[in-house]
Order: sequence, then C-alpha cells, then structure tokens
Amino acid sequence: MSNKKATVFVRLKDGVLDPQGITIQKAILNMGYDQVASVRSGRFFELEINAEGEQGDKKIEEICSKLLSNPVIENYTLEYEK
Amino acid sequence: MKFGVVTFPGSNCDYDAYTAIKVLGEEVEFLWHKSSDLLNSDVIILPGGFSYGDYLRSGAIARFSPIMKSVKEFARSGGLVIGICNGFQVLLESGLLPGALLRNAHLRFAGKYIYIKVENNSTIFTSACQPGEILKIPIAHMDGNYYNFDGEIEDLKKQSQVIFRYCDKDGNINDAGNPNGSIYNIAGISNKEGNVIGMMPHPERAVEDILGSSDGLKIFESIAKSFSKGMAIERA
Repeated sequence: MSNKKATVFVRLKDGVLDPQGITIQKAILNMGYDQVASVRSGRFFELEINAEGEQGDKKIEEICSKLLSNPVIENYTLEYEK
Repeated sequence: MKFGVVTFPGSNCDYDAYTAIKVLGEEVEFLWHKSSDLLNSDVIILPGGFSYGDYLRSGAIARFSPIMKSVKEFARSGGLVIGICNGFQVLLESGLLPGALLRNAHLRFAGKYIYIKVENNSTIFTSACQPGEILKIPIAHMDGNYYNFDGEIEDLKKQSQVIFRYCDKDGNINDAGNPNGSIYNIAGISNKEGNVIGMMPHPERAVEDILGSSDGLKIFESIAKSFSKGMAIERA
C-alpha cells in the first residue's frame, strides 16, 4: 500500500488579529513595495498516512481539527497528492 | 487540603508553585505528566513554562498527555483547577476554558510586574480579595493576548467569568495598563461553574515581600479559605 500524502494549511480565521502578518506587511512596505494591502500569516504541515480511501480521509480530518488547528481561532484546508 | 502541581516537559514554574503552597502552609505534591494519578489532590495547579517546547501552539501538545485526561475528568466532576500562564494556555486548548491566547500584540516577550483588578471576588479563587482590589503580580509570556468572539466576551461578562483585568497602578482599566493586547483587558477567566480558572499573571512568583510583592499569595489563600468553608463544589 502506498502512503497517501496530505498537505494541511492552517490559517487564522477572518477577523482574528494577526500581529505577525501586520509586522511582515510593514516590512514589505518599508522595502518600498507599496502594492501590498495586507498580509496574513499561517503554517502548513505535510503528512504521510498509511490508510486509504474514506477511512484515511476521516483520520486526517480528525488530526486537523483536534491537533493541527485550534478551531477557536483557525481554519484549515487540505490538499491530497496521488 | 492538598495541592498537586503538574510537571510537563518544559514546565519551569512548577517549583515556584510548589514553594508558594509551602509558603501558604498546605500540603503539596508534584504530578508527573506521564502518570494519570492525581494522588488525591484537592486542587490541581497547571504551572507556567513551555510545555513540550510550545511546539505547534502553546499548550497544544500538553493537552493530550495522560495527566491531562485525569485533570479533565477531575475538572468536569467539580474539582478545583488553576492554570497559570502556560497552564492557562493548556486549559484553553483542552476546552476547559473558552477562548484562545494569541501572540502578544506588540510581538515581544513581556516580562515585568503589572497590575490586575479583581473583577469578581465571590469566586473560590478570589474570596480573600476585596471587591475591585488591585494586585501587583508579574507576567512573563509571549502568547498572552486573550481572544474570543464578541458574543463570547459578552457571555463571559454576563456570567461574571472575567475574574481579573489588566489595569494601571491606580486601577484604571486602559490600554496603558494592558501588556499584551488582550480583549477587554482580560487577564484571567473562570469556567461557568467556577471551579476552573486560568490567568496569565504569575501569583506563585509573588508570595513573599522579598520577591517584590506578596499579592499573589491572596489567590492561594482564597483557595484555602474557600475550601475550608466548603465553598468548593462537591465532587461527584
């Protein structure tokens, strides 16, 4: 059985303050790139999973909502490879 | 009464908490994160530090340790739990308290003495404080910026779950007294039932005048006082 690869993107929900994003945006503006209206920071994870089909997908969803993201402040999206 | 102080890998205020309870004059024991035995503690302290290196999010990994499974059951059956700094973060990640702690708004680590106002002195954790009393207690954190949705904040206010708010030296609640950008200057909250409290300031670091303040001792005195009065919720 080949491993299934999933990439998980975790982002702050709209409206949640992202001081890191704001600071990065300020740095970009200081560099002279005044086209950048906003920056939101986030993180991503690459998972290899030994489970196929719907069962595997369900497990990944559980991992995302229980551990990789904090549902109070964050949303996640998933992308599958293979 | 007996206090249990949890030690996670990366906890660094566990000995401070232990010592604070010794100063209080009550029994105290350490609880190891890999154990699920609370050793018959009446009160659980989740101490400050950097549990599991603060990897992923502060408190996110500690939540799944064996001891936290027991702490959750203990809290849900009415047991007293106080989370300080990283311990507060663990309580939020565990869902025992509502909301989340974001990175400090100014993006710097904040380590200094600050002032907090006792918003509600009818709780188990503040019963030895005067109404509106101002306490001088140190903070030391990077992720202490309390966040929740507007509706939830209103609920916290209505149900008197906001226990401490950051203020200036004279007790004015304003931006100057807010060290991390927390909504509504929130420094500490309780659950609806009142048996679980989380706070960013470190009362265990302010229990003797030689440390700069002994105001923190009032929190532990409150717990002892409430406990002896039978104010603690009956455990199932």
